[in-house]
Amino acid sequence: MEARRKERIDRGIKVRSEGIYVVSSLKEMLYVAGPRVFLMAGLLLLPLVLEMAPYWKRVVNIMCVYGLLAISFDFLANIVGLVCLGGAMFIGVGGYMTAIFNVYLHCPVYLAIPLAGLSGASICTILLLPCLSLRGVYFAIVTLMYPLLFTRIIEALNILGGTNGITGLDSFPNQYLENYVIIILLLVFLFGLRRLMDEDIGLVLRGVKDNDQSVRASGINVTHLKALAVFIASFIGCLGGAYLAHLYMWAGLSLFALDFSIIPIAAVTIGGGGSMLGAVIGTFILVPLSEFLRFFGTFRIVIYCLILTGFIVFKSEGLLPYFARKYDQFERWAKI
Amino acid sequence: MSILSVENISKTFGGLMALMSVSFSVKQGEIYGIIGPNGSGKTTLINCITGFIKPEAGKVYFRGSNIRGWPAHKIARAGIARTFQVMRPYYSLPAYKNLIIPLWSPRARAIGGWRGGGKHGDRDTVAVDILEEIGFERDSRVPYKMASTLPTGYLKRLELARCIALRPEIIFCDEVFSGLSASEVAGMLPLIEKLKMEGITLIMVEHRLKELFKVADRVMALQFGEKIAEGHYKEVIADPRVKEAYLGSEEV
Ligand SMILES: Nc1ncnc2c1ncn2[C@@H]1O[C@H](COP(=O)(O)OP(=O)(O)OP(=O)(O)O)[C@@H](O)[C@H]1O
Ligand SMILES: [Mg+2]
Repeated sequence: MEARRKERIDRGIKVRSEGIYVVSSLKEMLYVAGPRVFLMAGLLLLPLVLEMAPYWKRVVNIMCVYGLLAISFDFLANIVGLVCLGGAMFIGVGGYMTAIFNVYLHCPVYLAIPLAGLSGASICTILLLPCLSLRGVYFAIVTLMYPLLFTRIIEALNILGGTNGITGLDSFPNQYLENYVIIILLLVFLFGLRRLMDEDIGLVLRGVKDNDQSVRASGINVTHLKALAVFIASFIGCLGGAYLAHLYMWAGLSLFALDFSIIPIAAVTIGGGGSMLGAVIGTFILVPLSEFLRFFGTFRIVIYCLILTGFIVFKSEGLLPYFARKYDQFERWAKI
Repeated sequence: MSILSVENISKTFGGLMALMSVSFSVKQGEIYGIIGPNGSGKTTLINCITGFIKPEAGKVYFRGSNIRGWPAHKIARAGIARTFQVMRPYYSLPAYKNLIIPLWSPRARAIGGWRGGGKHGDRDTVAVDILEEIGFERDSRVPYKMASTLPTGYLKRLELARCIALRPEIIFCDEVFSGLSASEVAGMLPLIEKLKMEGITLIMVEHRLKELFKVADRVMALQFGEKIAEGHYKEVIADPRVKEAYLGSEEV
């Protein structure tokens, strides 16, 4: 029997539309911009399509919050090399900060959310600063412990509303704003971070993951870079938390729930890491899926886990790299 | 006046004395060789001077100020670059992108002066220029290959290229010739001379003595963490202690 091997070859249109010769025809333009435009338009149209299903509009909102957490995790873990399980910490700190600004200090929503993002990110960055030199699993454990710590402190000291949380946050003026605020936040940070990766600073951040000793030998302070990355990631997460608190009109201990740390990781695993886009695709599959599975009652966890395991075993590269390959290359059998 | 002067550096690992009160000084524009058998403390000496490990005692004067105890990135920013004996490229990046990181660093940006000023966008061009200068054939597209696919010879040169991109005053080379063929080394010697002409001070740890002696102005020999000889290479290899260190007890 002849030995055969699968060959992968770039499609002509990919080669033509690369580099400096870009976009000489409409077809090539569509090829390059197509997926991006599709994602953007799809997301922006979603609230209109779901006009008749308010429940699912809500699911889209939550899905986008998880999307923010997933790109924040992907950025820290796969670009900078800091495995951060701090989703719950970012959501909780962001949520409580916006409650403080909105309820205690009477800032309007549109001011409270950005202020919560900035102050929350500063708090998270300062708290994580001493751990930045820790490697691998140690950093992950610390980020996982902080939400527990916050919960216990709020309970024990009965501050910030204690176990009842802070109620009476302003909601968004209308349904559409509620939808579009989070959708646009997600799109801005998704494409913003991808843009950052193409800049030289993005390359330097990648270098930190690859080889921090060499970055140091180039006269660059690695701790500063990591702190900057943590600030960016926690800013994104805290904005999500602040949004969520206004959506619920409530900031309580459940904002520190473990789900916010775990689901983003699962999403990145399914979607594929390192591109931020895979993270978003993963969330868009995982979050609606878990809603669908509510029909199955408590059995849904079992199905959920089976699907997750299936993905990890059979498509461990993630969906995005798989689809990107199909999009850019064709396969054929070659004799060897 | 010497640009770098090291006084009584000592370092122990557990019970092992890796460096025992080593002192030397180097003039600007000099090529200074450091030789010694395996495990004699050459790499440890580089690590101590460049801040990657902290020596227990001693002083390191760079242009008159004591830099011992400074963090590694601050020492590099002051102008002391180094290669790693165990090569440390950015494997996930193409070769020329490896140079973007030192070119982006505060030092290189502050000095600038590359054709085009080192602004963003030009950095790619500057990076490829540096690689070409160090022996990456531009036409063969080697500069654009992923670092993980390059053979040792190119990776060694990439180590040196990362140092050059930083626009340093001093470069510590930790065995940049090892793993290279004789003709590859011969191709690199003019580059070493050229760096010297530009006023860069080179401190070269080498096992390839023949090639080192072609360029080195002075040489120091280490054994068991102790400096046993220093001077012109002919004096150093004539030293009985150096002979013994290299040839073991057979000489005795
Ligand atoms: N991090 C470390 N921990 C413990 N011992 C170390 C460490 N680094 C080096 N040593 C020991 O210190 C001594 C000097 O090592 P060093 O790497 O400086 O030698 P070298 O002269 O560079 O050798 P080579 O020519 O093989 O590169 C060796 O005995 C080595 O085992
Ligand atoms: Mg060594």
